[in-house]
Amino acid sequence: MFRNQYDTDVTTWSPAGRLFQVEYAMEAVKQGSAAIGLRSKTHVVLGCVNKANSELSSHQKKIFKVDDHIGVAIAGLTADGRVLSRYMRNECINYSFTYESPLPVGRLVVQLADKAQVCTQRSWKRPYGVGLLVAGLDESGAHLYYNCPSGNYFEYQAFAIGSRSQAAKTYLERRFDNFMDSSREDLIKDALMAIRETLQGETLKSSICTVAVVGVGESFHILDQGTVQQMIDAFDIAGEQEAPAPEPDADAEQGAAAEPGAGADQVGAVDEGVAPMDI
Amino acid sequence: MSYMDSKMSQHGLIGSESDSQRTLYPYVTGTSVVALKYKDGILMAADMGGSYGSTLRYKTVERMKPIGKHSLLGASGEISDFQEILRYLDELILYDNMWDDGNSFGPKEVHNYLTRVMYNRRNKFNPLWNSLVLGGVKNGQKYLGMVSMIGVNFEDNHVATGFGNHLARPILRDEWHENLSFEDGVKLLEKCMRVLLYRDRSAVNKLQIAKITEEGVTISPPYSLKTFWGFSAFHNPTVGAEGSW
Repeated sequence: MFRNQYDTDVTTWSPAGRLFQVEYAMEAVKQGSAAIGLRSKTHVVLGCVNKANSELSSHQKKIFKVDDHIGVAIAGLTADGRVLSRYMRNECINYSFTYESPLPVGRLVVQLADKAQVCTQRSWKRPYGVGLLVAGLDESGAHLYYNCPSGNYFEYQAFAIGSRSQAAKTYLERRFDNFMDSSREDLIKDALMAIRETLQGETLKSSICTVAVVGVGESFHILDQGTVQQMIDAFDIAGEQEAPAPEPDADAEQGAAAEPGAGADQVGAVDEGVAPMDI
Repeated sequence: MSYMDSKMSQHGLIGSESDSQRTLYPYVTGTSVVALKYKDGILMAADMGGSYGSTLRYKTVERMKPIGKHSLLGASGEISDFQEILRYLDELILYDNMWDDGNSFGPKEVHNYLTRVMYNRRNKFNPLWNSLVLGGVKNGQKYLGMVSMIGVNFEDNHVATGFGNHLARPILRDEWHENLSFEDGVKLLEKCMRVLLYRDRSAVNKLQIAKITEEGVTISPPYSLKTFWGFSAFHNPTVGAEGSW
């Protein structure tokens, strides 16, 4: 995108019918470090790459718990993301107080989108420079939404945003047909694989990624580093059969579910060794 | 409201000049509502009387109304406040429907919303003078709750307002059990309503029974209960005290 005479104000249309400031805001999302999300019928997993300013500093918080049943991962201007998370938490808590019921994700997402739209139609405001992957549970099951700075929102089976997200998206596109029926563990494994795609060769360690889960009977929470490292170790060793053992939350059902998943994963593992598709 | 203001100034009960509007007493009131959970949902009964003080003035007041797809609201107390509450709920359900997203307010949500409304009004010393019974079924879950005019709220398997608390609930505590059939539930409610009819001065013998299940709401047409007054003590009541009446 190049500078032009229609991009100073968010309230100026270009002759081609574009709002450049909004598009520049979406660019800001692409510059942030990657965040990915994927969902099954009963669970949603969010993951992100931890970016730290320098070796001395801690990494930025990119995943926020909004309520027991909703969490969000952001990419872009994390300050804007923090502010929007606070808004989301507020909305959830007010709804819970009045109705003693969790706010349906779909409604929160629309409220967020409407809030973003306002910033695209006021000359004294600027669009939020952050993309949000909203993961949540409601009566109709597990949902994953993506909220754009433009005020648009979409529901996804799986998605990735931020820098080098295309690699993750390609990985997810190949696998998403299976996600609906995936077990929780398989879903997390796929999330870690997708994060690994965005690292372009760098070793995947629990210190450079954050993973969070929400599901039926499971409140939104961020997995602790130890658990994540165990899972990374489990699938890096290509034998799926060993996977149940080191995991602390292994159970018989997971062993059975891993079997059909094992076949697909092993094929995927071989692919990884060959060459990840870059387009 | 101005009639009440003058009354208040006469009694010297106005706190400060700023609060010119506060409910002190109700005018047209409905008496007890009784409700219980049964096998398929909730059964609720209320008579159709609207009393004006001690006069049984209005005899076709519908004190139970369906709310949205999943709830049924019954009210005792000030009828005009009940109508106001129905307008609040109408707006609430309208906005809920406008989302058009497949979600809908169930009885739990409506009950809690009403609790908030009642409690907030009570805090402003301007209560909605009602005791509300909210029942419903959503996704197979039965719900029955009550909110009073001061915001006290709770859920139970059977609830009653007003005199029903004293006369009907003991009967229900003894005879209610899980998975009552529809016929047994109605019989139990009629038993309670009959006692109320005999003993509650503001009851009228014209009642409706409402049922709410997963399928929806049905409110019966009004009917009367059979009563018996042929007790021997009522023949020649003055036989033991000549000259009295």
